[in-house]
Amino acid sequence: MTTFVKSFVPSNRSEWSSRATFVAVAILFLFVFPAWLSDSRLDLMASYVTYAIVALGIAIAWGNGGMLVLGQGLFFGLGAYCVGMYLALVEVGGAPNLPQFMTLLGSQETLPALWEPFNNVWFALSAAVIVPVTLATILGTLIFRSRIRGPYFAILTQALAGAFAILLIGNITLINGTNGITTSFSEIFGLSLFEPADQRVLYTIVVIVLGIAFLLSRQMLKSRYGRLLLAVRDAEDRVRFLGYSATKIKVIAFATAAGLAGVGGALFVLVGPKIISPASVGIIPSITMVVWVAVGGRASLAGAIAGAILVNTAEFEISSAAPEYWLYFQGALFIGVVAFAPKGLAGAATWLKEKVTSRGSSSTTSTSKTAEEAA
Amino acid sequence: MTTEPFLIDELLKIRGLEVDFDGFKAVDGVDLDVRLNEVHFLIGPNGAGKTTVIDCVTGMTKPTDGSILFDDVQLRGKRENAIVKMGIGRTFQTASVFEALTVEENLDLAASFRFSMLKLLRQRRGTTEAVERALEDTGLTDVRHKEAGTLSHGQKQWLEIGMLLCQDPKLLLLDEPVAGMSPEERTRTGDLIRLTAERCTVLCVEHDMDFLRRFADRVTVMDEGKILKPASTVAEVQADERVQEIYIGKGRGIEEKAEEAST
Repeated sequence: MTTFVKSFVPSNRSEWSSRATFVAVAILFLFVFPAWLSDSRLDLMASYVTYAIVALGIAIAWGNGGMLVLGQGLFFGLGAYCVGMYLALVEVGGAPNLPQFMTLLGSQETLPALWEPFNNVWFALSAAVIVPVTLATILGTLIFRSRIRGPYFAILTQALAGAFAILLIGNITLINGTNGITTSFSEIFGLSLFEPADQRVLYTIVVIVLGIAFLLSRQMLKSRYGRLLLAVRDAEDRVRFLGYSATKIKVIAFATAAGLAGVGGALFVLVGPKIISPASVGIIPSITMVVWVAVGGRASLAGAIAGAILVNTAEFEISSAAPEYWLYFQGALFIGVVAFAPKGLAGAATWLKEKVTSRGSSSTTSTSKTAEEAA
Repeated sequence: MTTEPFLIDELLKIRGLEVDFDGFKAVDGVDLDVRLNEVHFLIGPNGAGKTTVIDCVTGMTKPTDGSILFDDVQLRGKRENAIVKMGIGRTFQTASVFEALTVEENLDLAASFRFSMLKLLRQRRGTTEAVERALEDTGLTDVRHKEAGTLSHGQKQWLEIGMLLCQDPKLLLLDEPVAGMSPEERTRTGDLIRLTAERCTVLCVEHDMDFLRRFADRVTVMDEGKILKPASTVAEVQADERVQEIYIGKGRGIEEKAEEAST
């Protein structure tokens, strides 16, 4: 019991400061943004927060595990479609009524068997996590056991996301192909997706989920497992010849990233534009997700969150001012980060912090630095 | 060849080992016995197949033929991590440590190799006895909180040996542990290996003749994938004309090479 209590008491100064930062950021998201942003901007911010959850997973798999996951759109899409199907059924009063697009297309007589279970909100929500995690576990086991890594792994994941998008586009009668699944009226747990007051509640829920996901991910990276993940990234053979299964270690990180992408996708359809279509799951969105994390600092969880939110905010601002320039800006940003700041925003923050603290006291040790990088 | 008594325990027994890399026989019918608690050296010119033999024992390379018995258990076909858990540890030619982690974390990961995944997901609190002992044995206590990437070449080798000592292996395979080291570093490495030898059996691949003279119980010489001279004492190996020839054949004498290696 005492060790349980002790585990909540920070052991050193850097731990206190990271806790203070966490509380400050939580206040910013939970109170400052809702008071400051308009209804529509807050709803948009909610969708960025769901992206941040996806980014956490990429920071774990890529930043810490060295696996460049270029196909997170696949897992994001699976999560989003699971919940999207539920929403489309709610819109028409639940099964056995057909979702609107099926009635319009006149393609189905009765509700397809695939859709049936998604009438249940708990089934839809758990499937949004379980399906991506299971798929990633199977794929990961096959991929890592055959020692596929580096660029080959990256290309493979990218191809999977591309194939998934093509599969969706080809399935017009079942999941509405290119148009995807969208609702103009729907609700979950009595919260309307289109009422500003309810949207604010959904925003708060999404932020809290991000907070929990961050704390759990942080715990994971600080554990021995987290150290092993770094070890696999840097010297996989050494890990194997210490008696560990490198495959198992990598599969866990890959599946965790897939699960977080699924959670992000599931929440994504509840906020923002309330649509999931092949356009948000294919190769380009998957690469965009990696760009957020590269900008934020690939190994840092806090950096991944900051990257996802800042890059998307910048995209919104720049696109609304001058739509034709955003892609150039994004490209320049990515090249700039890769060339001049490989540790991204998180690296810049650490550098600044060290400059400030070294002026006060020069006792910053390299261990506290690595601990911060992991957080 | 000396007549071997029957009663001595062979910890590692290799018979007819063969490795074929696309038609090139890197190892060609090698027999090798490593006795319990000895320090056995495996020497030979570059490309003799010494490291490939070690790779086969640890499961890194799959042999095309032959048998590898460890404690009377066949190792062929076993996975690398399963072989480690049977009690076989190895180092690599270029010290392989986790550069982004601290010395203490490196040792801790090595010591935790039998933990379940669930236990690994818990945070480390403090250090175990095995880690403390390894820090002391390797003389790395002062740098325990430093990142391994910042260590000198010698310190990295000691750290790697320390990591393996944490695992309490029965057989330790060392691949050129003193290559590229200064004379002082060699002496310290020798002391560490001597300490290691008190706890487990050691099979060491090495070029350094001076080092060999000081630490080897028995020596096996390889050349071009074959055994040139089966396990013998250091004096017997040095007196062997064929052994001298393969070194002279490459343009240098065995003593000369030893001198060059130790400077």
